Amino acid sequence: MQNNPFKGLVSLFTSAIGRIFVSIIVPLITFLVLWQGFIFLRDTEANQFLVVVVAIVWGVGGVMLLYYVTNWLVEKLPKEWRNRLQPFIFVGPALAILAWFLAIPTFRTLVLSFQDQTSRVFVGIDNYVFALTDRIMLEAFRNNLLWLVFGTFFSVSLGLIVAVMADRSRFENVYKTIIFMPMAISFVGAGVIWKFIYTYKGEGAGIAEIGLLNAIVIALGGTSQPWLQQPPWNNFFLIVIMVWLQTGYTMVILSSAIKGIPAELLEAARVDGSNELRIFFNIIIPTIKGTLITVSTTILIFSLKLFDIVRVMTGGNYGTNVIANEFYLQRFTYGHAGRASAIAIILLVAVVPVMIYNLRQFRERKAF
Amino acid sequence: MSKKTKSFKNQKKVSSLIVNGVLIFICLIWIIPTLGVLVTSFRHSENIFRSGWWAVFPHRGYVETREINIDPDTDVNGPITIDGVTHTFEEWREGITMPDGDRYTWYGNKRTLLVKVEERKWLGFETDLTLDNYRDTLTGKEISFTDGMGNTIVRKGNDLGGAFLNSIAVAIPATIIPIMIAAFAAYGFAWLNFPGRKFFFTVVVALLVVPLQIALVPILQDYTKLNLNGTFLAIWMAHTGFGLPLAIYLMFNYISTIPRELLESAFIDGASPFTIFTKLILPLSVPALASFAIFQFLWVWNDYLVALVFLGDKTRVVTSALAAIVGEKGQDWHLLTSGAFISMILPLIVFLSLQRYFVRGMMAGSVKG
Repeated sequence: MQNNPFKGLVSLFTSAIGRIFVSIIVPLITFLVLWQGFIFLRDTEANQFLVVVVAIVWGVGGVMLLYYVTNWLVEKLPKEWRNRLQPFIFVGPALAILAWFLAIPTFRTLVLSFQDQTSRVFVGIDNYVFALTDRIMLEAFRNNLLWLVFGTFFSVSLGLIVAVMADRSRFENVYKTIIFMPMAISFVGAGVIWKFIYTYKGEGAGIAEIGLLNAIVIALGGTSQPWLQQPPWNNFFLIVIMVWLQTGYTMVILSSAIKGIPAELLEAARVDGSNELRIFFNIIIPTIKGTLITVSTTILIFSLKLFDIVRVMTGGNYGTNVIANEFYLQRFTYGHAGRASAIAIILLVAVVPVMIYNLRQFRERKAF
Repeated sequence: MSKKTKSFKNQKKVSSLIVNGVLIFICLIWIIPTLGVLVTSFRHSENIFRSGWWAVFPHRGYVETREINIDPDTDVNGPITIDGVTHTFEEWREGITMPDGDRYTWYGNKRTLLVKVEERKWLGFETDLTLDNYRDTLTGKEISFTDGMGNTIVRKGNDLGGAFLNSIAVAIPATIIPIMIAAFAAYGFAWLNFPGRKFFFTVVVALLVVPLQIALVPILQDYTKLNLNGTFLAIWMAHTGFGLPLAIYLMFNYISTIPRELLESAFIDGASPFTIFTKLILPLSVPALASFAIFQFLWVWNDYLVALVFLGDKTRVVTSALAAIVGEKGQDWHLLTSGAFISMILPLIVFLSLQRYFVRGMMAGSVKG
């Protein structure tokens, strides 16, 4: 039989139509299925177990499905287009989310910070004047400074001491696990744990202090105190919580740096008759200086943004307010988006040096 | 020579003793706060109000042995004599230690005419423990308990059980979704060529330390417009956005070190990037995926701020439910301690069983925003 060119054209045409049709219908169905899932989850009153299972399947499965379908679509395209578009299937979603959730909000917050509380009228630098001169803000800055200095100093130095000492013990892993364990506990949970330590009942007939700190003070012959309500010392009682939470982090990182110090270096020093203290200051510290700086920076940033502990323990009252808590109060309690944005921008400006340092490190490594 | 090694050995022994002593001391400080909460969560509410949690351990303490009814004719406004000892009413109420070591305490007001006698005795372990506190925190229904004075108090439960389920519904997708997206992106950055590749990755590195406060106000505006506030989708996306820079950075560090030859043979065989990714890269990246998964899971589970802002009070997760108990029932330690433990149990299990991966993930990541 002879080949019919016309028939070939028709089949090409119908198959093209079919392909376009399928290319439209598949994403459409995908979208509809996901939309139905969303509506169900938003409006349902069903059993909570069911909702949780559906939510997990829908959320995780939905993302997989989206990748799969978009890739399937792109692979249907002519080769040239396919090669051009395919990388964006991989990086596109990530870039879109980063743009929506971090990159663009930075600029939007900057704009908001020059507007009033309704986010409609521009008020110039009023919000910054508030953020940098108001009595409450100044107190928050002072407290954050306390957190930055003492929180970082104690977390890093305690972590270092434990790391160095545990290195010489047979039970290293036991000690490290115990010190590290609070890393798994939320700030709210840690807040409850420490609130229980500091709890205060006061004087009265038949009242026994059930807080450990007050019980110890009484056993030593003192009188019980409302520890969290005495400025400025209460800040230190809160900082203790952060040290408790973060020492595990500094210890683990510093410990691995210490294990990286060549054994010959330490042996040589010992043979020369250096005592352990001199080895610590003259060999260990200089060798791990880089790691010390990295760890300290991480803790610094951490204490700069600290919010949960203060929120749960005192709500920022009794002179314990911090910047991140004032941000929350301004936006969600007083409803002043402008001032909250100005505070957020100040937080951002404070981490810019670290950002620049990271970028420089990254360029030097020539990972690209 | 043998003398020298001996003294050296002794010195070593002493220094090891000091090292272990100091470490044990620090570890005790580290573990006692959590231990106190754990012990308290199993005690009856009235015991918690009456004595510190350390009272569960053997100690010498006062035990009520009998009561004395005071003669109704006694003038309670003047000095009162009981068993040969005379004090004012106020002093009796504070409690008086008698010559034989017993303690007499006036109970209630002047009209009760009742004195309780306590003897100092050696007490064993407190064995009267209970799971009631856990039942009371988990439920959202009405609960009742006894306070230190013996009064029954009725409260509304905080439904930590529901919050626990919500936390799971938030944390599992908010862990898996960013990892998936980050793995795709990391592969794209490491192995595919496209315009702007270097620029975009620089942006990712810059975003590593951006504080998430910067995004909260605008994102909340968007969510309000899209009517997304309070939905799981909203908080998954928020956690994905805030976790992505670190996730991409970690995954990139890992995926870019996969040997080139391994992938090139696949490319030559004509496999598409998608197939290579799912069949080759993902299985090879399991250690890095696991590290970040634990990191992100603990982060999301323990997060309070993002949940507070985007979920509100309608869909509470464990951290916000626990914070609500702190706010509403700040002195109800039986609820607070059991609540704290419920919120900690899952991350602690994950952490202790997968500690190795967690540490690896932590070492790889520098700074998180």
